[in-house]
Parts: sequence; C-alpha cells; structure tokens
Amino acid sequence: MTQTFRKKRLEIIVEEPILSRLTDALIKEKVTGYTILPALGGYGSDGQWHRENALSRAGHMVALVCILDESRVDDVLSAAYAIVSRQVGIVTLSDVEVVRPELF
Amino acid sequence: MADMFALAGQNLLSPVVLFFVLGLAAALAKSDLAIPEQVAKTIALYLMFAIGFKGGAGMAAHGMDARLVGALISGIVLSSLIPLVAFAYLSAISRLPRVDAAAVAAHYGSISIVTFVAATEALKTLQMSSEGYMVAVAAAMEAPAILVGLYLAKKAIDGSDKSSAPVQAVPFREILLNGSIVMLIGAFVIGWITGEDGLSKIESFIVSPFQGVLCLFLLDMGIIAGRGLRQSRKVLTLPVVFFAMTMPLIGAVIAAPFGWIIGLSAGGVALLCTLAASASYIAVPAAMRVALPEARPSIYLTLSLGVTFPFNLVIGIPVYNLIGTWIAG
Repeated sequence: MTQTFRKKRLEIIVEEPILSRLTDALIKEKVTGYTILPALGGYGSDGQWHRENALSRAGHMVALVCILDESRVDDVLSAAYAIVSRQVGIVTLSDVEVVRPELF
Repeated sequence: MADMFALAGQNLLSPVVLFFVLGLAAALAKSDLAIPEQVAKTIALYLMFAIGFKGGAGMAAHGMDARLVGALISGIVLSSLIPLVAFAYLSAISRLPRVDAAAVAAHYGSISIVTFVAATEALKTLQMSSEGYMVAVAAAMEAPAILVGLYLAKKAIDGSDKSSAPVQAVPFREILLNGSIVMLIGAFVIGWITGEDGLSKIESFIVSPFQGVLCLFLLDMGIIAGRGLRQSRKVLTLPVVFFAMTMPLIGAVIAAPFGWIIGLSAGGVALLCTLAASASYIAVPAAMRVALPEARPSIYLTLSLGVTFPFNLVIGIPVYNLIGTWIAG
C-alpha cells in the first residue's frame, strides 16, 4: 500500500478581480504551489449566479486550492485572509493525505 | 418633435436594437438561449478592435487638431463631474446607502463602450459623420469617474460610520489595464499609425461583418440584462429606476455645451452626449469589487446594464443625435 502523509488543504473561493492580489500574497509567503479552478455558478446571499450571466470578470468566482505543511498554515492563512476578509467568498481549511510530502 | 419620433422609430427597428430585445425577452421568458462565455468574450474583443482601429484610421485621415485636446479634456472633466451630480441626485431621491450611491455614481460617470458603438452605427444610418478621435475620448472617460466614486465612498464611510472598513487602495491595475481598454487604445494607435492603407487591408474583417457581430453581442447583452433584471427585481425601487432613466439625459445635457464650445461636428456632439449618458458595466464593476466590496453589484450592475443600457439604446441615442443636430447641425 502506498504511504500517505498528512497535510492541510486551504481552499479560497473568491471573486476573480481579487485573484491576482491573493496569488501575489501567496507567492510572497513562499507557498510551493496552488491551483485555480473556475466556479461555474452558485447560490448565496445575493441569490443565484452563473458565470455565463456575467458580462465582465467582476461577476466571476474562482476557487484557489493550496496544499500546505501544517507549520505554514498560520502565516499563509493570515496573509490570504488580509486580502479576502472584506470580499464575497469562502475560506476553508481541511485535512488531506498526500503521497509526495516533499512537494509541500 | 416629429423628427425625434422618426429617429426613435428608425432606431427602434434597427437589427441591433431588435436583437437586444430578443435576448431580453428570451431571458425574461426563461429560455435557455445563451451565447457561450468564450464566444461572448471574443466578440467583445472584436468590437473593441474594430471600433478602435476605425477610429485611429479616421484620425489619421483627417489629422489632429486642437479640438482633439479639447475633446479629451472635456471627457476627463465630464467623467469627474458626472459622478458628483449622480451621487447628489441619487442621494436626494432614494434611500440607497451612501456606499451604494457612490458606486452607482462611479458607473454613471464612466462610459459604456457598447452604447458608444451602437451610437456610432446609428450615426452611420443617418449619414452623419463624427470625429475618429471620439474613441480616445471614450477611453479617457473610464478612469476619472472611478476615482471620484471611490472618493465619494470614502467620504461617506468616514462621515457616517467610523467603525466601517476603509475603502481599499485605488485599483489602478483594474482601471488602467482593463483588457477592453488596452484593446481599444491599442487598436486605435495601430489604426492611427497604419491609416487608410492599414484599414483597406483588414476592411473585410472589421467593416463588413461589424453590424452582424454587433447584433450577436447585443443579443448576449439582452440575455444578460434580462437575467439580471429577473434576479434583482427586489432591489429595484421606483426612485432608483427613475434615476437610471433620467440620469442619462442629465449627463447628455451637461455634455452638450462642452461639444458646442470645442466645435465638434453634429455627430461628435451626439457621441460626446452618448458617452456622458452611458454607464459602465465592465471596467467599473471590476474596480469596485476590489476597492469597495461593500457596494452591492446587484444594484449598480442592474441599473447600468438592465435599465440605463436599454434606455440609451432605444430612446437615448436618437435624443442625443437630435441634440447633436440642434447644436452643431
């Protein structure tokens, strides 16, 4: 059986206009990587929304996923939260298992 | 008055307006008619490319004069002044929170390039010419309104609630490097450099298909506006809708003397009025989401795209053409 190692998964769903500021902050915190996924649509305090109904990227949401070693969580989360604290979106932190721990 | 009705009727039955109405009706009827996101994005870039290039080529053909500088300064002044008027007007007639009012004001000071494109096509139908550099004036009017809107929001927050989060730093990246603006200005400069020769080489791409592509884009705008209206009905109070239908006329009336003083042609005055009357829904929302996330997009986007854009398309543009004819015809 392949051995796995415990890490933390930081996921931030945020409006696209704020994304470059968020990724700049993560790179400044020297994260080893992140992945950005487009959000197709959803439902929230302002009702339903869908990517195809937005005329500009102001209405687009994206999900950013970043795997971290537990020792880095506080610093990275603080830097990320400073950017997104006033924005629409969701920040979650969860436990995950990875097979190549040296990458994070 | 008969002229105005004739112009309005002619405009109302143009393919561009009818495709917008089709999109709007389809969305309100909950049809699944949709333009794929990437196609819509490509069409938007095509429109910026075509209108920018043609404007630049037009300027190369007619040369530069002092009126260009006058028109650019007028655009910047109008874009700074109109948000102040819009904020005072909206605050006086509605109970909208001041942060929302400031964000709405920024949208009305800035411009809608698609309204500008539709106005340019309407001028062509009427065989009225205009100054090619009005494209550059359009680009110059994007940013000042955003800065004034953020200033108004900061004042509103400072004055009312000290515990509120401050307005974030001015998002110059979103204002100055917005993709639409980069494409518009870039194509304008290339059109200016290459002139009529350059235009003749790509004419079959940017002149003949332009109306058809614009129809497709307006179909998409109609769909988006219709869906926005359906979802945001609750926030649209009567005073706010009244604002969105009268503010364009106020903007046009403020702009008209500027066009007259500079000595623009009838078409140029009509386009300056159109720019002053239109409200942004591309560049400003992105800047507002970064700098003023407390302001509700369901209000400012629905007003600019769902109310003011159709108003300008159907009623506003013929009125601004008539103002241009009265002043400089």
